[in-house]
Amino acid sequence: MDGDINATAPGTTPPDTDPARKRRVHGMLKLYYGLNEEGKTVDQAESMDPCDINGPHFDPEVYLNKLRRECSLGELMDQETCMVKQIRSLDSDMQTLVYENYNKFISATDTIRKMKNDFKKMEDEMDCLSTNMASITDFSARISGTLQDQHAQITKLSGVHTLLRKLQFLFELPARLNKCLELQAYAQAVSSHRRARCVLQQYSHMPSFRGIQDDCHAIMDKLAQELRQKFRDGGSSAKDLSECVELLLQLDEPAEELCDKFLSHAQSRLEADLLGLEAELRPPLSYGPTAVTDPYTGPAHRLSVEPTAGSPTGPSSLNNPFLSPSSRTDILEFIDRGCNEFVSSLCLVIASYQELFVNRPQEGELASKNIPQMAIGKLHAFVDALATRYFSLVERRIQEEKSVGDNSLLVRALDRFHRRLQAVAKLLPGSAVPSQGTEIVVRAARERIKQYLAALQSFYLNSLTDVRQALAAPRLGGSSAGVGSHLGGPATGKEAPASLPELLSTLSASILNQIKSVLASVHLFTAKDITFSNKPYFKGDFCSHGVRESLVVNFIKFVCQSSRQFCESAGDRGGSTPPALLLLLSRLCLDYETSTITYILTLTDEQFLVQHHSPVTAVTALCGEAREAAQKLLNHYVKVQGLIISQMLRKSVETRDWVNTIEPRNVRAVMKRVVEDTTSIDVQVGLLYEEGVRKAHSSDSSKRTFSVYSSSRQQTRYAPSYTPSAPMDTNLLSNIHKLFSERVEIFSPVEFNKVSVLTGIIKISLKTFLECVRLRTFGRYGLQQIQVDCHYLQMYLWRFVSDENLVHFLLDEIVGSTAHRCLDPAPMEQSVIEVICERG
Amino acid sequence: MEDDAPVIYGLEFQARALTSQTAESDAIRFLVGTQSLKFDNQIHIIDFDDENNIISKSVLLHQAGEIWHISASPADKAVLSTCYNKSEASTLPFHVTRHLSRVVTCGAVWRMPPEWESGSHESPDDPHNSHNPQNLELLCHLDNSAHGNTSSVLWEPMGDGTRVISLADNHALLWDLTESSTQATISSSATLEGKGQLKFTSGKWSPHHNCTQLATANDTAIRGWDLRTMSQIYCIENAHGQLVRDLDFNPNKQYYLASCGDDCKVKFWDVRNINEPVKNLEEHSHWVWSVRYNHSHDQLVLTGSSDSRVILSNMVSISSEPFGHLVDDDDLSDGEDNHQYDKSKEPLQDSIISTYEEHEDSVYAVEWSSADPWLFASLSYDGRLVINRVPRALKYHILL
Repeated sequence: MDGDINATAPGTTPPDTDPARKRRVHGMLKLYYGLNEEGKTVDQAESMDPCDINGPHFDPEVYLNKLRRECSLGELMDQETCMVKQIRSLDSDMQTLVYENYNKFISATDTIRKMKNDFKKMEDEMDCLSTNMASITDFSARISGTLQDQHAQITKLSGVHTLLRKLQFLFELPARLNKCLELQAYAQAVSSHRRARCVLQQYSHMPSFRGIQDDCHAIMDKLAQELRQKFRDGGSSAKDLSECVELLLQLDEPAEELCDKFLSHAQSRLEADLLGLEAELRPPLSYGPTAVTDPYTGPAHRLSVEPTAGSPTGPSSLNNPFLSPSSRTDILEFIDRGCNEFVSSLCLVIASYQELFVNRPQEGELASKNIPQMAIGKLHAFVDALATRYFSLVERRIQEEKSVGDNSLLVRALDRFHRRLQAVAKLLPGSAVPSQGTEIVVRAARERIKQYLAALQSFYLNSLTDVRQALAAPRLGGSSAGVGSHLGGPATGKEAPASLPELLSTLSASILNQIKSVLASVHLFTAKDITFSNKPYFKGDFCSHGVRESLVVNFIKFVCQSSRQFCESAGDRGGSTPPALLLLLSRLCLDYETSTITYILTLTDEQFLVQHHSPVTAVTALCGEAREAAQKLLNHYVKVQGLIISQMLRKSVETRDWVNTIEPRNVRAVMKRVVEDTTSIDVQVGLLYEEGVRKAHSSDSSKRTFSVYSSSRQQTRYAPSYTPSAPMDTNLLSNIHKLFSERVEIFSPVEFNKVSVLTGIIKISLKTFLECVRLRTFGRYGLQQIQVDCHYLQMYLWRFVSDENLVHFLLDEIVGSTAHRCLDPAPMEQSVIEVICERG
Repeated sequence: MEDDAPVIYGLEFQARALTSQTAESDAIRFLVGTQSLKFDNQIHIIDFDDENNIISKSVLLHQAGEIWHISASPADKAVLSTCYNKSEASTLPFHVTRHLSRVVTCGAVWRMPPEWESGSHESPDDPHNSHNPQNLELLCHLDNSAHGNTSSVLWEPMGDGTRVISLADNHALLWDLTESSTQATISSSATLEGKGQLKFTSGKWSPHHNCTQLATANDTAIRGWDLRTMSQIYCIENAHGQLVRDLDFNPNKQYYLASCGDDCKVKFWDVRNINEPVKNLEEHSHWVWSVRYNHSHDQLVLTGSSDSRVILSNMVSISSEPFGHLVDDDDLSDGEDNHQYDKSKEPLQDSIISTYEEHEDSVYAVEWSSADPWLFASLSYDGRLVINRVPRALKYHILL
């Protein structure tokens, strides 16, 4: 009995043509024949089931029982049909396979039979070949036997020939050497001699050979002498020289001595270069070749590849120092010359020296002497000594570079200087020269920054002088024009300081431009194509500490500081600074505080990509400083202007005999001047500062009739203060008054606006007026005059201040004090005062 | 601190002149001269009882005129000098004399009547007790019409009260007082010469060099004079930006001089080097009218200004006891001061000790008490006299 698992799922039977099914059939066949390696895992899982028809433990009895137990009759029938079908297909598959195998087996039998025939033929041919080979061997043996004698003879003959040639060479050697000497073919002579040397040494006991050896020695000594002579002579070219050295070394000259000689020879040439450079440093005596043959000979390290290429023209042109008496060369030319002459020669020397002494292949006897170490040591000392001299010259030249006009020249010169030194670094690794060179560049950069700072500072001071002159010039014309139109308001002041905002903007713009151009100049130091710009100093310290701190921050500080100095020096010694300048500078500093400093520093940071390693001055600190300076300047301005007006008032009070004065008919001219000046100050300040806040005006102040002390009501207020009946009321009244008014700070700091500035000035002036009045004694008309004056001031001054009550209070105090100081206090009628004041 | 509270005394009149009674070394006593054009002027003798914090006053009449300057004799408690305005018009109807009237400032030496001390002590609460104030007794005039207005009278410091100097316009006059000060004769004089109307504004007789030196101020300059030859020793041109108002000598350092003026500054000078001040103080916000060294502890400097403030400064760095005392932070916690001490600073640091704001009007005079070195008075124009003490903490510092 046979079956299949597919039978349990009847609907899934695939069609016969399906290749998958075919493969499965093959698989099953394999299983059947025990070739079940590919289905191992499946087997393992199913192996224990005796009902698995494909498994190895299949028990037909159990399977049949199971089927019979589990399936109905119909199912059994179906199962049977299915199984029969499968058995049938399996049988047909098997038949096909058997047939195929049979065919293959038949063809294999045919092939084997054919091969058997072929092998037989081959065997015959091999036998034939072996007999032939035997006969050939036989013949060959016979021939070699015959030729043996002749061969030995030939060998002997050729040996004799060689020996004879050698002997001939030896005998001819002295003559040949002499000839070489004559022809100056030193190299050939040395190589010839070297070849013969050992032999001669070996056979020196034979007289004839000794003779040759002695001759040779004599000649070689002469040759060495000649070589040394040539070596000693300065004129020979580097190539010749190196050849000389090479030959001498081969002649067992001591290497150390050669090194020294070589270097001293080179030194003399390099020193000539240095002298040439030095000559240029002395302006009046400087004669030097201006035309340096080729300004830029490409990367210098090329010299190390072909050390003998293009010997520098320096020495030869130096021999002719009067070629062209040049004017002073600029630094680029100087450095160029230094590079092309000195540095190139130095590189050349280093290269050839290394070629000769350091890098030469070590031959037996030379190797033991440790020449390279010794040679390198000497070379370092030599290069260091010369480089130090060169650097000192370069530094001297750089120090002479004082003008800050064109930085690019210096930067280019430094770049070239630095770039050329890189060649030395490549040739001579471990030398201190390049780092020293970098230090020079760094120092030069630092120095440059200092110079720029100084230049900026002097520029700033010059600009201030210009501003001063500009302020002075129109003032002469303006003051005369302004007189007489004291009520003209803006029209008055316009004449004189009209250009104040312009001056400010020009000043600030020119400073900013200057800073920018300086920054641009300094920026050259960090340009990408400059070789030293990627040194750590130029990346970090130069940007942050050098440019930002030393240059920009210091300059801003300088501006603030010099502004502060204006306050101090001018304060004591009579105010040499024009007030307008103070005002202008104060505005400048304020602008700096609000925007300019931030702008400049941001600009710097951006341009130089400053990374702050060390702590730097904060923008806020600088702004604070600027603000402080601005405040101080403005305070000082207020003080100076206040003092000018105070002075007028003081003189006017002090010089008059107030007891015997006449009845007032006019406002005193001084008061008009005061109002006039205040107006022009108002205009001046208004040009630079905003209006500022006022306390709300009372409605009647605009009518100019309001006056605390002059209204009839108020007149009774102070009248009792000098009536004999109530002396105590004086104190009481004024004290009560003071209780309710704030203490007036006279020289107090002002705010950055026009009203505050004017308030400050007026406060100072009126307080002076008050103090002066208290020092005088007045007659009746004196009091009345003061009344008139104060009313006049009252009419015009309230508009300038933030709090008109302040003016009222101070003027009130003045009139009150005058009344106290009056011998005959009889105040004037308010209406009369008004009439006089209206009249002007 | 109760004890440090200021004591205030109000005069009825406006006043500028203040001095301590120099010859008195026991009682704390100040003399104040009033300024009034209408009434008889007075000299108030203010006694301060330190123990009980009580002020008592006596009033003497000074009928000659309003007092601009007052100074007390160093030898005789009862003798004092004043500079006063004599107005010839004041006694006559105005309309008659208006073309003639003239105000002249004169100097005079006075003696207080001997009874004032015993009889007329009264408390300030009872102002109208003085119905019959006594007159001062005139000893002599220091007048010389040829020399102009007298701006101040200076007694010879620590002298026997027989020599005074008066500054009159551009003259410095050295007077000898004889016959118990009733006779005054000019022994020598110096005249300031130069362009314009030069006028001495104030002066100070130096207590050093055997009292042979005088310092004067005119306009912005300070000048030193040798009294033996009556010639100028030094001149600090432009000592201040504006008018110099007052001078004082350091009592312990002979070359040191303090000055103050209209530029709101107080400056300290070493007269051997007059190019630069040794020190600048710029604390006042208006003209500084008066500067005084403490008589015993010259680091304490008092200034009065027309910004109505009195400032007490501690100028340790230029005092004669620069290394005096270590500052202990705890002791400096004086809450009343408007300007705090610099607590963390070293003792050498100069500082403002205190700003006194009791005045409502310009302060024209400040003066240390001659009896108690820790006490001082200031006088403002409205007639308010304020007596203050050096903060106790600082006092102990200086003493201990």
